[in-house]
Amino acid sequence: MTPQSHFTVVAPLAAGREGGLRELLDTMNSAPGMADPGNAMLPFGAFERLHFARLVLLGDPTLADVEAYGFRPPQAPLYLAFMGDCDGPARRMLADLSQRAEAGLRQIFAHCEGFDAHGDLLTWMLAHDTPVAANYVNWVGRSVLQIRQESALQRVLSAKVVRRPLASGAEAQAARRGLITFVEAEKQAGRLALAPPERTPSGWRIAKFANLVIVPLAGLIALPVLIVLLPWLVYLLRTRETSDPEICPRPQAEALQALQDLEDRDVSNQYTAIGSLKPGRFRRWLLSLLLVLVDYACRHVFTRGRLARVQTIHFARWVFLDDKRRVMFASNYDGGHQAYMDDFINKVGWGLNLLFSNGLGWPRTRWLILGGARIEQSFKRYQRRHQIPTQVWYKAYPGLALVDLKRNQRIREGLERERMSDAQALAWLRLL
Amino acid sequence: MKAQTPMHEIDRDDIQGLLRSGYGHHTEACFLLLRIKDREAARAWLAAAPVTSAAMVERPVGTDASIQPEPLPETVLQLALSSAGLRALGIADDVIEGFAEEFVSGMDGDANRARRLGDVGASAPERWQWGAGQRVPHVLVLLYALPGHLDPWRRTIEQQCMAGFDTLACLQTADSLDREPFGFRDGISQPKIDWERQRPARDDAQLAYSNLSCLGEFVLGYPNEYGGYTDRPLLDAQRDTQATLPRAEDAPDQADLGRNGSYLVLRQLQQDVRGFWTFLDGAAGGDTDQRERFAAAMVGRTLQGVPLVAATKASDAAASSADLNAFTYQSDPQGLRCPLGAHIRRANPRNADLPAGTRGIISRLIRTLGFDEEALQQDLVASTRFHRLLRRGRKYGAATLAESLAGPPGAPVGLHFICLGANLARQFEFVQDAWLTGTKFDGLTAESDPQLGTRIPAPDGTPTDGYSIPQPDGSDRRITGLPRFVTVLGGGYFFLPGIRALRYLAAAH
Repeated sequence: MTPQSHFTVVAPLAAGREGGLRELLDTMNSAPGMADPGNAMLPFGAFERLHFARLVLLGDPTLADVEAYGFRPPQAPLYLAFMGDCDGPARRMLADLSQRAEAGLRQIFAHCEGFDAHGDLLTWMLAHDTPVAANYVNWVGRSVLQIRQESALQRVLSAKVVRRPLASGAEAQAARRGLITFVEAEKQAGRLALAPPERTPSGWRIAKFANLVIVPLAGLIALPVLIVLLPWLVYLLRTRETSDPEICPRPQAEALQALQDLEDRDVSNQYTAIGSLKPGRFRRWLLSLLLVLVDYACRHVFTRGRLARVQTIHFARWVFLDDKRRVMFASNYDGGHQAYMDDFINKVGWGLNLLFSNGLGWPRTRWLILGGARIEQSFKRYQRRHQIPTQVWYKAYPGLALVDLKRNQRIREGLERERMSDAQALAWLRLL
Repeated sequence: MKAQTPMHEIDRDDIQGLLRSGYGHHTEACFLLLRIKDREAARAWLAAAPVTSAAMVERPVGTDASIQPEPLPETVLQLALSSAGLRALGIADDVIEGFAEEFVSGMDGDANRARRLGDVGASAPERWQWGAGQRVPHVLVLLYALPGHLDPWRRTIEQQCMAGFDTLACLQTADSLDREPFGFRDGISQPKIDWERQRPARDDAQLAYSNLSCLGEFVLGYPNEYGGYTDRPLLDAQRDTQATLPRAEDAPDQADLGRNGSYLVLRQLQQDVRGFWTFLDGAAGGDTDQRERFAAAMVGRTLQGVPLVAATKASDAAASSADLNAFTYQSDPQGLRCPLGAHIRRANPRNADLPAGTRGIISRLIRTLGFDEEALQQDLVASTRFHRLLRRGRKYGAATLAESLAGPPGAPVGLHFICLGANLARQFEFVQDAWLTGTKFDGLTAESDPQLGTRIPAPDGTPTDGYSIPQPDGSDRRITGLPRFVTVLGGGYFFLPGIRALRYLAAAH
């Protein structure tokens, strides 16, 4: 199995370079916001281990919201973020990128503060690779290669299968055997390929196991303290929840339009949002702790096609910025924005509240998980107002949604199974 | 005499009758699309326009049988305004911006909206007969009449409107209401609105599908299914010194311009009836029974309206109209009786907030956290109650299927689709985009709605012109190469105001 990893290169722009960079980024696209996979600057399509990537200017239109607490808005730099999700170690991906797209990357990062045109590109990118507080992968171990090969398999089998009612289980078995033979012949002829899974790297296994054990251990150690402090923490939470200001005005029409111009050009979409934490140490510690737990759950529990009830997110991540004063959230999801938000509210409103209610201005929550995102209209205004346009977005498998990836995977598994019962053979044929 | 009403009771004199009734007795109808040419004259007409209220068309329910209901009005007028219309009337921008973004920007206003609604190719707004650019109607006047009364009624209204308005178009409708142009019985599934406000307005997960919707899902100014109030313009009291407007329930010191109003979606959908039946005839190899079975599989109901998921030979004959809407798809998760992609299954998947499971808090927790693999398979589509449409459309062109098929090729036949709702984004746009146009609905691969689909390949070249009919003993039957059967010829978003709000808008400066 090939584990997935991620990179998040974040660097502040040099003064006066924003306009130039925006123009440059636009040249990488074939449609607004949609990367041309073969663009000369950074030919994403040439990197076969890259699932998703984006280049986004992290302009934050909500910095002044902190005035609601009587603070002066902070001076925050305008960052450029280059993010991606890949098969295998991120370091290898970045090395690959810096080798094969060096000129383009240099041209992009030359807009950043302190970028040394003669320095080592990889070293610079690694130095700016920002740690991710929590990361979600829809299906740990499913590689780009696998997705593409299985999609080709599905197309071929779907066209080949005989679509008539079968009289018996034996007929279903025979139909399956026929398809297996057919696929073998296609493979021999070089028209189909189904690469066997790579060996799971032992380093990754060990790190995963260590995390599996250490986090609960640390929790166990902290537990007595937490139990003692619980009444006080609950008091702190409830006093804040009842008094924290809600800041959910309508987003500007132009800002909304700028987001929508980029959307619904594929069956999947991108989402990038940014915002400040509520001031004070309580929220900062609470969110840090919760993100550790979410990351843990994503690493060990939600690794097979779902994040709680949501089955439409390919990859997602939470990243702290500016010494944990701000957070960025980035995701790749299937379907339209409205459906994504409705899924959030209706299926995991509690989970959203858990994390995002620590964000400045979030709709009022009760007991950390109630209310909040369920205040539909305030939530929808809030999330759109915090969303920022993603200037360049790349997806390695356009046209494919997670429902496709999952089904194609099952088709391949069924194809490679030694033996099946009649009922299983029929169920497999019905996938095609 | 009016009965004693609780404080909560809604003001039926203020609500346009269309929210209460589809005017089934008023078989004649036409829809005037108007543009304002003289603002003062237009205002003067709007200030006195004879708008029919819900109270005027109401049949008393559950009251003393000896009370004779008021006779139905012979003629009915309903009125709605577009955002362009509000601007043309001179309504202040900050008031207009209090309405939903979709309404403010308009159905034609945005390429992204067109992508989402499937208004591309032959249905693109730039090809519409009305509804885009300079042909966006300002005011929509819906005229209904009992048989034989429409023509004089229309002449009267046109006379009244002449000074203030230009007529952009007059959309005619066909008199027969029960069958839509493809030949199917139509209008069976409608949400039941909780007019009595008996459903508690609070945020609770619903574990069973119900056809009953909170009033605020369809009428602005009342709590919706989340227990909240949908955004609409709330005005400072000094902007309504005459107290023309009702006060807002959720902000009693503000005047509620939205209260008792709704949004109205109008789309002119041209239907290629001959193309539909010719295509199916080919797919069925000329077998007329098979052709009809294919058609039913695409719609999810037989021509007579019997839902496939509930259909048996016996029930087909005996189906009473009450049964036709009392079903869910829970017993047919694989679409073996009603295909997953059938039109009525897409438009209304009839499911609850959580996939079905055993009772008890543990089971519920497991399903909430997504640990029940079987439940997850049924969870790709959920929470139908937030995505309901109150449909009020009328067909146009030939009155019957036989007439359409006998008529000249290309004769205009179709549906003036109308639906009402308090939230354009979450109701109409969501259903049209995610459920009808979406090619991945409920785990499907390469097909959109069998009737409404655009058939335009996905950006990566994947075709979307298939239709899958699951069968229990083999791979899905697949019909391919579906042509486009429905083309959008025009459309718009309108605000169907409460009558007091209409008078306010007519007077506001």
